[in-house]
This record gives sequence, C-alpha cells and structure tokens, in this order.
Amino acid sequence: MASKFINISLKVWRQKNANAKGAIETYKLDHVSTDSSFLEMMDQLNEQLINERKEPIAFDHDCREGICGSCSMYINGRAHGPETGTTTCQLHMRSFKDGDTVYVEPWRAKAFPVIKDLVVDRSAFDRIQQAGGFVSVNTSGRTMDANAIPIPKDDADKAFEAAACIGCGACVATCKNSSAMLFVGAKVSQYALLPQGKVEAKDRVLNMVRQMDEEGFGNCTNTGACEVECPKGISLENIARMNREFLKAALSAE
Amino acid sequence: MSKSAILSSSIAKKYWMAVTGLFLCLFLVGHLLGNLQLVMKTGEEGRRAFNEYAYFMSHNIFIKVLSYATYISILFHAVDGIMLTLQNKKARPVNYVYNNPSANSSGAARKMAVLGTAILVFIVIHMANFWWKMKYSSEPMPIHTYVVSSTDQTGQSKTDTLYYTHTPSLQPVPTNPMIVVKNGTELYFKDVNVKVGDTYKDLHKIVMSFFGKSINGAPTNQYALFAVILYVLSMAILSFHLMHGFSSAFQSLGLNHKKYTPSIKLFGKIFAIVVPAAFAIIPVLIFLSK
Ligand code: HEM
Ligand code: SF4
Ligand code: FES
Repeated sequence: MASKFINISLKVWRQKNANAKGAIETYKLDHVSTDSSFLEMMDQLNEQLINERKEPIAFDHDCREGICGSCSMYINGRAHGPETGTTTCQLHMRSFKDGDTVYVEPWRAKAFPVIKDLVVDRSAFDRIQQAGGFVSVNTSGRTMDANAIPIPKDDADKAFEAAACIGCGACVATCKNSSAMLFVGAKVSQYALLPQGKVEAKDRVLNMVRQMDEEGFGNCTNTGACEVECPKGISLENIARMNREFLKAALSAE
Repeated sequence: MSKSAILSSSIAKKYWMAVTGLFLCLFLVGHLLGNLQLVMKTGEEGRRAFNEYAYFMSHNIFIKVLSYATYISILFHAVDGIMLTLQNKKARPVNYVYNNPSANSSGAARKMAVLGTAILVFIVIHMANFWWKMKYSSEPMPIHTYVVSSTDQTGQSKTDTLYYTHTPSLQPVPTNPMIVVKNGTELYFKDVNVKVGDTYKDLHKIVMSFFGKSINGAPTNQYALFAVILYVLSMAILSFHLMHGFSSAFQSLGLNHKKYTPSIKLFGKIFAIVVPAAFAIIPVLIFLSK
C-alpha cells in the first residue's frame, strides 16, 4: 500500500510544570505519513517545534509496542484515541483524515496530577500495587516448582487475561468518576484466581482497595467505559470478582 | 478495619447503593400491583378494591415494617448516591477540554445522579399529593359512602346513602346526623358514644379527582392535565434510571457471570420499560375516562 500524506491541525495541552496553569495550544503539522504511529507524528511535531526554537512537548513513552503502558494521551476525547484495543503507540495516523483537528490532552484525575504537558504522575498505581499486588514467596532456595501445583485451565486463563493489564491508566482517564476499579480489579483477580495468591487474598483486597480510596480515585458506577477503552480488553468481570473478594474479606477480617 | 471497610470504602458504598436500589425495585412492583386496582376494575367495585387495598396498606404491621424499610432505603440510597457523586466530581478537578464519552458508555449510565435527583423531587411531590393528604392533612378526608336504591313494602322506590364499612356483623350504617365519624374512619352514635363500625377513607376519590375524573359530580383538580404530564414524565425518568440501574446493581454485588449476566441485562431492560410504563398508563387512563 502506497503511503499517503496528510496535513493536520493539533490542539495540545501545554503546561510548564505541576503548579503552572496550562492551556491548549494549536499547531499545524504538514506532510504526516499515514503509516506513522501517533507517537512518530508527535516526534515530527517536536522536531518542528525545536526548529522553530520552541519548547518541545513532553510526553511519556517507552516500549512503543503496546506493553509498557506509559504512552498516556487523551486523543479527540478518548483514551488512546479513536481505535479500541490499542495504546497510543499502536495508533496509526491512517485513523485520521487530511485536514482533521486532533485534540491531545493528558489523563485527567486528581490521583494522576500533571507534571508537564502530557506527562502525568501515575505513581498512585505503584502504591496500590505495593499495598498488596504481590505474592510473598519464600526464596530460601527450596521454593516449590510452580508447575507442581495443579491449576484448572479456566482459572489459569482468567488469571492470565487479568495479568495482561499494563497499568496504563486508560480506565481511570476515560471513567467519568476517575475510578481505578478496572486496574485494581485486574490486579486482585490475577492473584485471587491462583492457589499461590489465595493465601494472602483477604489482606490483599482490603489493602489495595484502601490504598485506591486514599489516592483519591472515584467510585465505580458501572458505566462500562473502562472496558471499552482498555487496550488489553480487561473485562468488567474482574471488578465483580474484586467486589466479591472484598465482601468476603471485609465480613471475615478481624 | 473491617467495620470501617464495610461502611466507608468505595466498594461498600456500591453495595449499599445496589441493595437499597434493588429493594426499591421490589417496592415498585408491590406499589404497582396496588395501583393497578385503580384501572383493572371500574365503578363502585374498583373504588372498593382500591380503598380496601389502601386500608390494608396502612393497617397491616408487616406492611408497616416494609414501608419503613422503603423510607429508609430511599433516604439512604439518595444520600449515598449524592455523596458518591460529589466524591466522583472531586476525583477529577480539571476536566477534559474535548471529551467524547458517548463513544464508550450510555447516557443513562452517566446521568444516574441527575436522574435519581429528579426521581427524588418526584417522590416528594407525589407524597405531598397523596400520602401527606391521607395521613396528616387538616382537611377532613372524604369517607367512602355509596348509594343503594330499593323498593319498600308499599312499592315505593327510595335511595339510601350508606357508609362502606368493614365490620361485616353489623347492619349497613346509613349516613345521617345520628352517626358521627371519629378518628378519621370510626363510626359512632352521636350522643351515646357507641361504636357502630369502621369505614374507609375514600382515597380512590382523591386520586380520581386529582387526575381529572369526577366521581358523583365532585369537583376535580383544575391542573389535572399538568399532573398527568408530570407523572408520565417522571416515569420516563425512572425508566432511564432503571435501564442502567437494574443490571448495574448485580455487577456491584459481584454477580457477573457469562451464563447469567446476559439474562439479567435483558430482564433489567424489560423491567425498566414495563414497570414505569404500567405506572404511567394509570393517570392517563383515568384522565381519558372522565
Ligand atoms: C424508586 C426509586 C429508585 C429506584 C428503584 C432506584 C434504583 C437504583 C438501582 C437499582 C441502582 C443501581 C445500583 C448499583 O449500580 O449498584 C441505582 C443507582 C443510583 N441511584 Fe437510584 N433508584 C431510585 C431512586 C433514586 C433517587 C431518589 C436517587 C437520588 C439522588 C438515586 C440516585 C442514584 C445514583 C446516583 C445511582 C448511581 C450510583 C452507583 O451506580 O453507584 N436513585 N438506583
Ligand atoms: S485495566 Fe486496562 S486500561 Fe486499566 S490500567 Fe490496566 S490495561 Fe490500562
Ligand atoms: S509506549 Fe509502551 S505501551 Fe505505548
């Protein structure tokens, strides 16, 4: 397929630092290959800005292959742009038309404060994870081989699907309540489904939910937006599972 | 930990919303079955059925317990819902300049708080219209009386106005100056203070005249058309609230299962249409039958 070139107009959120008041700036960008990824287009825009002796736009990115979850951008009113099941790095400019105006904004949530331009601080997710998103194994050198424990295929599959969460925060960004329940639901489920995780299941769900609330994420109202926008297709079933786990734990904890 | 978790955590709040919301759905079914008496039977028969039903509702201890559970549920659901909504607003202090939420969620799901608040306003108006009148109004409630025609021994036809009573062992009690009504519905001989029976408040008449239908030439509500429109609109709002709320409650309670969830969603949609529509048709039928 021969590559095509389009001219677009960008409206990008610019903000000097965490305390500065930001605003939308408009940029024209010509000759964008429809084969380039959205991040490559942003690189092209930054080159143009540098050539004009202007400050380039700060944005997070790392793997550029949809697995690190850092490329947080709210594009034309949707987390990671118009396609479903994709991160921003996997979004291509063929999803846009010549002459389009494209809005690019950072994730918006109290728990994800803007650091600069499109970069937000997602360390709230790390703290939730540290509150219980792990299995404490004895690493004395005599740990049992994981495969020695039989696990039903269904459970293994579901745990694997939950573990596909890359912590990108699109669920929070797209949720009208800035709720982190899809993320936390995935992390809780991933362990709750496996025998190794069951040992600490009670404390895990209570601690992770408490941390989630303390970070200032909103409450889920089951709009289902997160499931639609999640690049890894994490299902709402995981939130339901977390709610079950939470009730079990809250009723029996001392 | 567990005590505060079950009351204040985000998930616990969802549980309370779901439990009270589903209880209110049950209440709706009960309330609807009673209201349908207004249109299922007509004439004096319908009037008796409805007033008997209203009497039963206000004199049965089991119903009393249920009604208090309903008041508490509405209050709890509304307060919790508004608190949740305020917290959720705080969780996003800066909004998107450009947002496209309809790409991933339904309007009803996003507007639960606005829909719920409109329902709350409706509940207050509705209770002022009927419940308050029935219980606390200073105006005396109309009493259920009916007219019988008969022919006496001399072949003359005559008509009597009788109280509709529910103490079957006694003779029919005619309306005459000898009989007085005490405590709303108790019938006494005027001077000797002997009770002769219990009658019914005529709530049927209040409802009928409120929605514009005159019974025995009684004056009707001059704003009946406006009342009908308000009630129908409110039921439309309830329909949207339940369109999302019914199945959402199951998800909140952790009941999401590939086998059952599709049926719960379908049932929720049918419930959200059928129940409010059946409520709404009652004032319309009354208004049109005048
Ligand atoms: C007869 C009246 C009502 C019924 C049957 C009803 C039913 C429901 C149901 C089943 C839910 C879903 C709960 C869940 O997702 O877990 C819900 C949610 C909600 N209701 Fe109501 N409701 C009623 C009145 C009200 C009122 C008066 C308010 C007042 C403000 C209200 C506000 C809300 C809000 C904000 C939600 C969303 C909360 C959430 O999803 O967590 N509702 N309702
Ligand atoms: S659940 Fe999905 S949207 Fe949310 S952080 Fe994980 S991968 Fe991203
Ligand atoms: S840059 Fe790693 S997921 Fe997009």
